[in-house]
Formats: sequence, structure tokens, C-alpha cells
Amino acid sequence: MTNHKTRTTLLLILFPILVLGISIFIGRYPKPLFMPLSVLLNDELGQNLVFNLRLPRLITSALLGMSLAAAGGVMQMLFRNPLVEPGFLGVTQGAGFGAAMSILFLSTSPLLVELSATTFAILGLGLSYFVARRIRFGGWVLRLVLSGIAVSAIFSAGLGILKYMADPTSQLPEIVFWLLGGLWSVTWNDLLYILPVVVIGLSIIYLMRWRLNLLSLSDETAFSLGVSVGRERTLLLAASVAVTAVVVSVAGIVGWIGLIIPHIARRIGGANSASFIPISMSLGAVFGIICDDLARTLTLGEIPLGIITSLIGAGIFLVMMTSRSMRIFR
Amino acid sequence: MTPGILQANAITFTYASATQAALKEISFDIYPASVTAILGPNGAGKTTLLHLLLGLNRPASGTILLHSKPINQYTRHELSQQIGLVPQSEYVPFAYSVLEYVLLGRAPYLGPLELPGTNDIRIARDALDEVGIRHLEERALPELSGGEQQLVLLARALCQQPGILLLDEPTSHLDLANRNITLNILARMRANGTTVIFSTHDPEAAALIADHLVLMRAGQVLDSGSLEQVFTSEMLTRVYGTQVEVVQIDGMRVVKSMERLEP
Repeated sequence: MTNHKTRTTLLLILFPILVLGISIFIGRYPKPLFMPLSVLLNDELGQNLVFNLRLPRLITSALLGMSLAAAGGVMQMLFRNPLVEPGFLGVTQGAGFGAAMSILFLSTSPLLVELSATTFAILGLGLSYFVARRIRFGGWVLRLVLSGIAVSAIFSAGLGILKYMADPTSQLPEIVFWLLGGLWSVTWNDLLYILPVVVIGLSIIYLMRWRLNLLSLSDETAFSLGVSVGRERTLLLAASVAVTAVVVSVAGIVGWIGLIIPHIARRIGGANSASFIPISMSLGAVFGIICDDLARTLTLGEIPLGIITSLIGAGIFLVMMTSRSMRIFR
Repeated sequence: MTPGILQANAITFTYASATQAALKEISFDIYPASVTAILGPNGAGKTTLLHLLLGLNRPASGTILLHSKPINQYTRHELSQQIGLVPQSEYVPFAYSVLEYVLLGRAPYLGPLELPGTNDIRIARDALDEVGIRHLEERALPELSGGEQQLVLLARALCQQPGILLLDEPTSHLDLANRNITLNILARMRANGTTVIFSTHDPEAAALIADHLVLMRAGQVLDSGSLEQVFTSEMLTRVYGTQVEVVQIDGMRVVKSMERLEP
């Protein structure tokens, strides 16, 4: 049993590292697809490319996948609904609105766009929470869902106005490209910007992975098992939203990872969050790296990451929903 | 007489959204290693009362004493080691295996970052043995029948090893055979020293097993006492608001509705 566990843990850690290691050699230099090892050893431009462009970008794509997958898994448990995804409490639309605000009125410099996106993502969540506190009917979960939908719609309308106001030759493409999601501009600085929040958030989620099960029970049952339902739910929700907000602020809107990866992880490891959360993190990292590999190598230009993740994610989702041997509720 | 292990003294409770009190001046004593049935029609306030005894809600006035100490002086963690709950039904959105689900009952004994260990798994398996569904431990919860799911909820509460077990309508959606299985388990728990309190609208289930009855209607206790004292035709007619008669068949009490339906 313990031996088996150690082996599984090792596999979950080594698999993303292996994919990351291979991905270092994938790209369009010196020619499309694969870079020979000799280039990395002898070519100065190649080394520069790997260490200053590919490596921070690959690590960020891994963290992005990990964060969205883990946050999605947590939210599906907290909201007792397997179809919830991490951005739905106003976070994603808030980040989009914030990014557009910065592009229009402040500056298109990545750091300012990221800061503005993070600020509005957190504002979106805060607003959802505030409204939910004031809705006068329904349980806590229903109220959060309702206010999340309304707040997201308001930000999305605001984003519509900003797009309408934007200069169609310079600002509008910038906004649209940001919204489609991508990691083409990621540097070590961006990685350092998201790293503290991601490490703390993911650690909280990982350490509390078994207790997450208790939070998916009804309030009365969770209480009878000694759980401080409100406090523990808030902590895990805050961790999930924080990691989602920072990765979205750097990468733009990257959909479907948070929805589909926890489902696949549950198919592999069962409904117990103690096992499916680590699997989600590992698979999320792999999925993030591979999707970004595709985004930067498939065509001469860059394909926005959000398009790739949505295409592949929705494809897998459809297969899972219609295939006889797969049960979606797992 | 020894003091009750759990005592309710004139407790009153009103939901935040309501104008009328859901419970008015409720008082009774629960004795150790006994089975108490809280009997009453739908909407009498039985579930509300169980939630107060669990500590989930606080009474507006009156006190609840656990081992002669007010229940609000216990921490949530301490309470969870003493009082377990089997809810009326539990919507489980994810397909836990039976063993994983029952293991959640170990939460009161685990630290915030701790995972259940081999000893916890042993206790969970004992609980499954106790309710007779050890063979289902690998099965997914949503695949089980309603009767089996009820037993899984019971096993999770047993795994919690509480001194007092609260059950909310444990037999209301069970067929006769499954009802008797559940009641037999409760009788065995009583024999092992557990104090059992369950709510029900079914007087026959109460008559089969309860030592004490608390009869409720519209948020008030009409009467409480032993089966012999309070399980009478007059009293049950008052509780349910419809003419009923208690008859004995082979020493078992059966309740007969005397009201004819409109033709």
C-alpha cells in the first residue's frame, strides 16, 4: 500500500517534469519542431532562447495548468457541482475587463496589464461575495452562483463597451489577443510575479486535499463531523481564486482546463479529493505545457493558447459525455 | 432517577426568516443507552429540534445540557466526538466509494491537515461490518439502492464512534425489510451503550424500538414519557390531528387510521 502510494506520487511528479524537459527542445529554432541537443550545448543564440524565452514560458504554462486544474477541482467540490469552473465568480470577466481598462487608459506594458487584471479579478470576486451576502433567499452556494453570474455579466458588458470605444487599429487587436489567452510575452519577471501566490495557494489546496471531501457534504453533516464549514470553505475558495486571478492576469483567458482536467483526474483516481487533487495538478501541468507547445509551434505565428485549450478541452468533454464507458459524474 | 445525558430546558427557536417560533418551550431528558423517538407529523419541528441538539443552531432561549454542561461551552471538535448525525438524505454529487465515504466519519479525530490512516480504515471496516455491508466497500455510492445508501450513512456515523447518535427520519423512505434492518442496528447500538435519538412520523417504527417518546405537534411537545405512558389512541389522535386507534397484535402495537377517505 505505502509502496504503491510512493510510486504513484513519484509518477505524478516526474511526468510533468519529463514533458517539460522534452518541450525545451520543441519550437521553431533552428528549424520547425525539434532542436538537436548540440544546439543547446554549442549555439549561443539557442542557449539564450532556451533559458530566457522557452524555460520561463514552459514553467509558467505548467503552473497555469496546475493552478486552473486544482482551482477547478476545489470549486467543483465546494459548490457540489461538477460543472463549475474556476473563473465563474466574476474572476475571469473581471480580469478581462481590468486588462482592457489598462490597454485603453493606462498602458499596454505587460506588468501594468497584469496588475490591472489581477485587481479587477479580485474586485469581481469581492463584488460576487458582497452581492451574495445580500441576496435574501437560497442557500449560500446558490447565492454565490447567482451573484457570480450577475457580476460576470456586468463585467462582460463593461468589456463590450471598452471594446467598442477602443481604437480599432491599435487597441482593439491588443484587447482581443489578450482575451484569447497566450503566454508569448512571458519572461522570468512574469513568472516571479505569479510564483508566490501560486505556491502558497497550491500548497493550501494540496495540504487540505482530504478535508475538501468534508466540504462537499451538506452543511449539517459537515458540522456534525466537526468541520468549521464557513471558515474552511472561505480559505479554500480564497486560495483557488487567488491562483486563478494571478495566472489569468498573465496568460489572459484560458478556458476549459479547470473544467476538464478534474473530470479526467476523477476518472483515474476516483471521487476522493485526497487522490484526485494531486492527479489534477499533475495532469493540469502536462496539459498546460502540451497546449502551449502546440500554440507556439503549429503555425509560423502564434495561435492564442485559449483557442487550443478550448478546442482540445471541449473535444475531450464531448467524448467523455457521450462515451458509454465513461461516466461524467465521476 | 439519574440525570439525563442530554437535557432540553424550555428551549425556544425562531428561524431568522420567520415570524413564528419553530419550537416553543421544549423540555425533555434523554437517558443514556436508551432509544428515544421524536414523533410527530410533517412540519412539527422535529428536524429543527435535532439541529439544536446537534449544536448546529442555538436556541433563542432555554438551555441544552450535554453531560450537565451547556452545549455551547463545547467546541465544535469536542461535540463531533460525542454526537453523530444521520441526515434524512444526503445528496452526494461525486461518486465516492463506500469505504471512502464512511472514512469521512473519522474527521473528528484527525487534525486539519491529517489524512485517515490504517487504524481509521480498520474502524471504518468494522462500521461496515456492523451494518452488514462490508461486501459493498468498493462500490460507488450513487450505484447503490436507497436502502443500501441509508446503511452507508449509518456506517459513516458509526465510524464516528459517537456516544449519542441523532437520526433524522431514518426509516421514512425504506421498505419494511430495510426499515427492520435499520431498527435492528439501532437496537444493537443501544445494547452497546450508545444513546439513540431519532425523529419519525411513523408511529409504528417508534413503537417497535423506542424506550421513550417525545410527541410533537406544531413546534410544541404535547407529551413525553415511556411507550406505555404516552402511546395511546387519544394522544396519537391529538398528535396527528386525525382519528387513530392503537391496537395490539401479538404484543406489537399497530396504529390504525379510523378516518375513511371521501368516496
